Amino acid sequence: MDIDRGSTSINEEVARSIPIHSGRTKVFYQFTQQNLPACKPVLTPAWVITTFLLMGVIFIPVGLVTLRASRSVNPFSFCFCLIIQLFVVEIVERYDIECVPEVLRGNKVDKYMKAPIHIYYQLDNYYQNHRRYVKSRNDKQLLHGLKYNDTSSCQPEESNNGLPIVPCGLIAWSLFNDTYTFSRGTTELMVSRKNIAWKSDRDHKFGKRVHPFNFQNGTLTGGGKLNPHIPLSDQEDLIVWMRTAALPSFRKLYGRIEEDLDAGDVVVVRLMNNYNTYSFGGKKKLVLSTSGWLGGKNDFLGAAYVFVGSSSVIISIVFLLLHVKNPRPYGETAYLSWNLKSIS
Amino acid sequence: MGGGRRRRRLHFSKIYSYTCGKASFQEDHSQIGRPGFSRVVYCNEADCFEAGIRNYSDNYVRTTKYTLATFLPKSLFEQFRRVANFYFLVTGILSFTQLAPYSAVSAVIPLIIVIGATMVKEGIEDWRRNQQDIEVNNRKVKVHQGGGNFGYTEWKNLRVGDIVKIEKDEFFPADLLLLSSSYEDAICYVETMNLDGETNLKLKQASEVTSFLNEDSNLRDFKAIIKCEDPNANLYSFVGTMEIEEQQHPLTPQQLLLRDSKLRNTDYIYGAIIFTGHDTKVIQNSTDPPSKRSRIEKKMDRVIYFMFFVVFSMSFIGSILFGIATKNDLENGKMKRWYLRPDSSTIFFDPKRAPAAAIYHFLTALMLYSYFIPISLYVSIEIVKVLQSIFMNQDIHMYYEEADKPAYVRTTNLNEELGQVDTILSDKTGTLTCNSMEFIKCSVAGTAYGRGVTEVERAMGRRKGSPLNNEKVIGVNLMEDYTESRPSIKGFNFKDERIMNGNWVNEPHSDVMQKFFRLLAICHTAIPEVDENTGKVSYEAESPDEAAFVIAAREIGFEFYKRTQTSISMCELDPVSGNKVDSSLDPADGTSSIDVICSILTISFCLFDDLDTYCSVNTRLESGLYELLNVLEFNSTRKRMSVIVRDEEGKLLLLCKGADSVMFERLAKTGRAFEDKTRDHVNEYADAGLRTLILAYRELDEEEYKAFDEKFSEAKNSVSENRETLIDEVTEKIENDLVLLGATAVEDKLQNGVPDCIDKLAQAGIKIWVLTGDKMETAINIGFSCSLLRQGMKQIIINLETPQIKALEKAGEKSAITKASKESVLRQITEGKAQLTASGGGSEAFALIIDGKSLTYALEDDLKNKFLELAVGCASVICCRSSPRQKALVTRLVKSGTGKTTLAIGDGANDVGMLQEADIGIGISGVEGMQAVMSSDIAIAQFRYLERLLLVHGHWCYRRISSMICYFFYKNIVFGFSVFLYEAYTSFSAQPAYNDWFLSLYNVFFSSLPVIAMGVFDQDVSARCCLKFPLLYQEGVQNVLFSWRRIFGWMLNGYFSAVMVFFFCLKALENQVFNIDGKTAGRDIFSATMYTCIVWVVNLQMALAINYFTLIQHLFIWGSIALWYIFMMAYGAMSPTFSTNAYRVFLEALAPAPSFWLVTLFVVITTLIPFFSYNAIQMRFFPMYHGMIQWIRLEGQSNDPEYCDMVRQRSLRPTTVGFTARVAARTNRINKARNLESHMIQSESFSISVRKCGM
Repeated sequence: MDIDRGSTSINEEVARSIPIHSGRTKVFYQFTQQNLPACKPVLTPAWVITTFLLMGVIFIPVGLVTLRASRSVNPFSFCFCLIIQLFVVEIVERYDIECVPEVLRGNKVDKYMKAPIHIYYQLDNYYQNHRRYVKSRNDKQLLHGLKYNDTSSCQPEESNNGLPIVPCGLIAWSLFNDTYTFSRGTTELMVSRKNIAWKSDRDHKFGKRVHPFNFQNGTLTGGGKLNPHIPLSDQEDLIVWMRTAALPSFRKLYGRIEEDLDAGDVVVVRLMNNYNTYSFGGKKKLVLSTSGWLGGKNDFLGAAYVFVGSSSVIISIVFLLLHVKNPRPYGETAYLSWNLKSIS
Repeated sequence: MGGGRRRRRLHFSKIYSYTCGKASFQEDHSQIGRPGFSRVVYCNEADCFEAGIRNYSDNYVRTTKYTLATFLPKSLFEQFRRVANFYFLVTGILSFTQLAPYSAVSAVIPLIIVIGATMVKEGIEDWRRNQQDIEVNNRKVKVHQGGGNFGYTEWKNLRVGDIVKIEKDEFFPADLLLLSSSYEDAICYVETMNLDGETNLKLKQASEVTSFLNEDSNLRDFKAIIKCEDPNANLYSFVGTMEIEEQQHPLTPQQLLLRDSKLRNTDYIYGAIIFTGHDTKVIQNSTDPPSKRSRIEKKMDRVIYFMFFVVFSMSFIGSILFGIATKNDLENGKMKRWYLRPDSSTIFFDPKRAPAAAIYHFLTALMLYSYFIPISLYVSIEIVKVLQSIFMNQDIHMYYEEADKPAYVRTTNLNEELGQVDTILSDKTGTLTCNSMEFIKCSVAGTAYGRGVTEVERAMGRRKGSPLNNEKVIGVNLMEDYTESRPSIKGFNFKDERIMNGNWVNEPHSDVMQKFFRLLAICHTAIPEVDENTGKVSYEAESPDEAAFVIAAREIGFEFYKRTQTSISMCELDPVSGNKVDSSLDPADGTSSIDVICSILTISFCLFDDLDTYCSVNTRLESGLYELLNVLEFNSTRKRMSVIVRDEEGKLLLLCKGADSVMFERLAKTGRAFEDKTRDHVNEYADAGLRTLILAYRELDEEEYKAFDEKFSEAKNSVSENRETLIDEVTEKIENDLVLLGATAVEDKLQNGVPDCIDKLAQAGIKIWVLTGDKMETAINIGFSCSLLRQGMKQIIINLETPQIKALEKAGEKSAITKASKESVLRQITEGKAQLTASGGGSEAFALIIDGKSLTYALEDDLKNKFLELAVGCASVICCRSSPRQKALVTRLVKSGTGKTTLAIGDGANDVGMLQEADIGIGISGVEGMQAVMSSDIAIAQFRYLERLLLVHGHWCYRRISSMICYFFYKNIVFGFSVFLYEAYTSFSAQPAYNDWFLSLYNVFFSSLPVIAMGVFDQDVSARCCLKFPLLYQEGVQNVLFSWRRIFGWMLNGYFSAVMVFFFCLKALENQVFNIDGKTAGRDIFSATMYTCIVWVVNLQMALAINYFTLIQHLFIWGSIALWYIFMMAYGAMSPTFSTNAYRVFLEALAPAPSFWLVTLFVVITTLIPFFSYNAIQMRFFPMYHGMIQWIRLEGQSNDPEYCDMVRQRSLRPTTVGFTARVAARTNRINKARNLESHMIQSESFSISVRKCGM
């Protein structure tokens, strides 16, 4: 009852006449004849519904756990943007006239915060990922110091009086230099400034014998200065700053408070507002935050997990309903594009 | 040698009345020595000074594209002609400047890899060609080395003027001037199969002055100077003179032997080389094969241009925004973003020159967005196609065991085109048929004999389950018959005990039968060849049908065994004595009765011929010696052939065979005894797809003959222009008043499985045109036999055989003929179209048959569109009597007129033009003659393999390549657009999102391999299902898988994925404390995370798109993902100056952080949901045809034939051809007839009952 009989039987005969000796030749034969054993997945309704259900089953709990982890983290931020309108317009002038304003602010801690409490400064609208900025550093110099003299990539902060600036480049030059001191009540909180950079950076990217001997000695002073007696590998501020941020709004680790904070404690921050973000309309923030196993507080991931998980459960139900309601037209070739064309 | 020596005394030139005209000094020869006719050849003194200064090219033939020196520049040039490659070259060069957003090395290395791979492939291909050249150039040939000695030398060493000796069945190494041959009158037979595809032998004859040179030693002192035309490509013209001993002798094409043709039936010839190497006419004729590109690739180019457009516009937007941002950095001399030091900037970021900076940024952005253009696309496609081709070559189902020939893909870049073929243009001889004729049936004296079965009947018999039960039984019987004994003799498949083994003598009308077979044994131009050991006679005939007749006569007992220039000898069985002796024979003897009789009785005939060794060895029962008086040759206008002989009794006989259309009208009143029955039989045979000829004879009076002979020789010897018409007229008169003997039916044997294959192709919706050089009748016969035509199909025949035009032709006014012909063709086309529109595209099927002459006019510019419209409306089209050029023109017309993919298939050199013109040219490598194969794109051994080639491989390749290209763009858009989005967050400073090496290796390592695996291995449905549901092929013809909709769909999917990946990552990592240590995510972590997500997404997307998961797919998909992690670790472990911000990023930062893994999981799954849902919905609610087949397979319904049939039938169109359609049509007809009948019966019974009631 089969039209193909003629041709296929011939083919099968040919195929049969090839002696199959061993497993390997058989596999090879199947390979050359494109007849390897394979799974041929077809998106049957059963598969689709199970997949979506499974996704929901996995995603919702994961999302809930993530949310919980995020909630357990307790940050609070000091926003001191635009509090003081400084008359400073040019950095140069600002540092020359030695007008360093001092700001005091107090904030209440609303929840118990367990040490270590990370201190972050946040800059907005600051393009640390600008190509000119990112390129303007010299990894070899950071590691080897003056042994490496080619600092052309660091322009325009490459040399001073014929000697290459160590560390050269715009990133180092624009080092963030606001400083903060924290006190609870009258006692000053101990802030640890160590261990804030990645270990690999300290060990392998910044030289232990490289000293910033002529840093910020140029005609134009950018950001912070460095102690020339401390080697780069120990200048963790610099190391953190040099690891450029991905986005124009970023946080960087400033240090850690090694004491627990209780709810109701008033934390007073004394900050030296040195860094100029006003010329380009940037904002500065100070954030104190604990961290959980997942990192800091960010509800997005958890919420998204829950959302996608529940959506997929809904999709699977909708699909199931559609499937049950509409019997599938199995071989309805009339809907094929070419048949439609010939009809119209 | 005996046979050869005997034959040398023959002067065959006299048998032929038409061809061997004597050469005379015509106008052309006066041009010798003028420009264009300046070649001078010093025969036999190739070393002499005059020959030296002419410095003609040597006989080395080179077909390679490159030489060692030109390979590098030329192939590089070829590479960079592709616009995408050129773009990458430019960006590669620019990357060495300051503009580059990434390091130069990382940009150049992928380019080098990609270009290098392509060049290596190119090199290997050319090297293969070189090997072929070496083989040809080093063939050996005997050449005169002075002093009458001949020695072997290589072809490449031949020089102009050399004398060579070519032996039987050898190829000519260069264009030769025939000097002499083993025959006394210096003729030779040449097979020009490689040149024009014609299988019949051509006769060449040397000039008389050189014909004495037929021994090696005669050539010792031979000297001649040949002056002739310069090398040109015209195969059929040659003008020259030969100067021997200061005598001028004219030379014509008759003396020219062309390279690549073959010496046949002649023991040896001597020839002087005139044109060598690239000067030979064949090579001059061979144009560079056109480089073909598939439609998909052309469309892909357009997609690439579109992508360029996208890249440019994105760069443009970016540059403007960048320019604005840069300009704003300085306001009234005050720096805004002071950390960028806008006051002391290079030109690239200088706010004072912001427009210039923007322009430079534009260039940088072009480089940055180069990831939109898949650099590895071309090379991946090429790799995939080579692998696909290897699989095709390996396919056991396309391997022809008998000739040990697998399919061979010569042009690898047309694979997917195989899946889109809309029209097949097929040659007939050697392609559909094997070019072997089998005598299968005959009708003698009104009785039909022969039980042989034709391929068509077999094919139809094979189709069971047809409602025609009675026919089915017949079919099965026929099949059994067929299988029980295959014909053991080539050309003879006649089975009928009434005739075989001498039984014919018992039949009524045995006298007619005797005459019938005698005629077959005498009326031909074949030459017998007797094997001395076995005594078996074989024949060399001009055409295979003629051979079939002689063989048939021999098998029945009328053995033609010897021909002299004036006589034909045959041995035949005496009906009376044969019968008698037969009964007295010892039946135990195994030999057939005729042989025994032959060996017992000796007949005096042998004495006739001096020293007939053959006869003394193998004596005959009774022989007839017929004095051959005239041969009136066959040609296409006469459609008949006659011989005039005098038999032993001195009776003059005219024996004639010809087509029914001309023969019946020539019968005498008394000779029409069996006319009606014969006519019936002939029609029956024709419907069974057989070639028929009518045999008739007449006796001539001496006077009548004398009168004829005089006129005939007068006409023959006339040199006027209308010599042929004169001859025609004379012969016309004598071939009249014939007595009908019967008809023969010869099967032009179809190749195995041709009707099956055509049926499948027709079901797949492919149109099949047959373009043949054969006569209209033959073509129509073949049309019937391979089910392209069927009864009940309306045939629209266009020809110029109208009396009106014939009359004009006789008048000889060329312009009038042209005009009238054109009008006639136009009229016929319009009429045909009217018929077509009248049927209104209903269920009626039309067939168009057009002959070569009409085709000439139909292909003219003003008619061709009308012709095409008509032809496209017909279910099958047959063009007969078409020249190679017309074949190519028709192909071009179809190709350009319909804009669809055409496939040409042929085996002979006459198909070369067609093969090259078509989108895909397929050469049949089954038979001898490699010309077609050499110019084809794909060579297969049998026509039937076309089915698998197109329906299985074509479909797969089409699907694979189109999916692959879509996917390529998808993955590059995902990647490139994420780069763009990131750039937007860096105030368009062209800062790449990823590390340099991440960027450059994305296309090479982390995303390409699964795509290649898909391109090579993916199968939407299995080969079996492809063949079972031929309609699936329409997916390719309609191009649904590579429509703009689908391409843009994938692109959109890409943008969507990129946006999702980017913003999810951004949201998840923004400002976030990344790990428990309180560290935040910098550029390094962000880019690595995003990259990880993208690698996962594109690879899993691939996994979702694949239909066929073998181990290889798993390996590549999971391998690519794993490779990315391995790469991160390996790269991160390198020195920080090299790995920059990727230093230890995975081990130190990412891997220990749970948030990295959570983000990856979330982003990857969520990004895939839209595509997955879309796929699920489409598969469930709007499946495409392959989807339906997958359903069927999945639910195990593929074994339910009724169900399959339903799916299949529902989309069958009524106008298709093939035997399925044929059976369907017949069923329809019979059903209609039955309905009518039952209706009538009903009404009858009704009337009866009425009557009864009335009574």
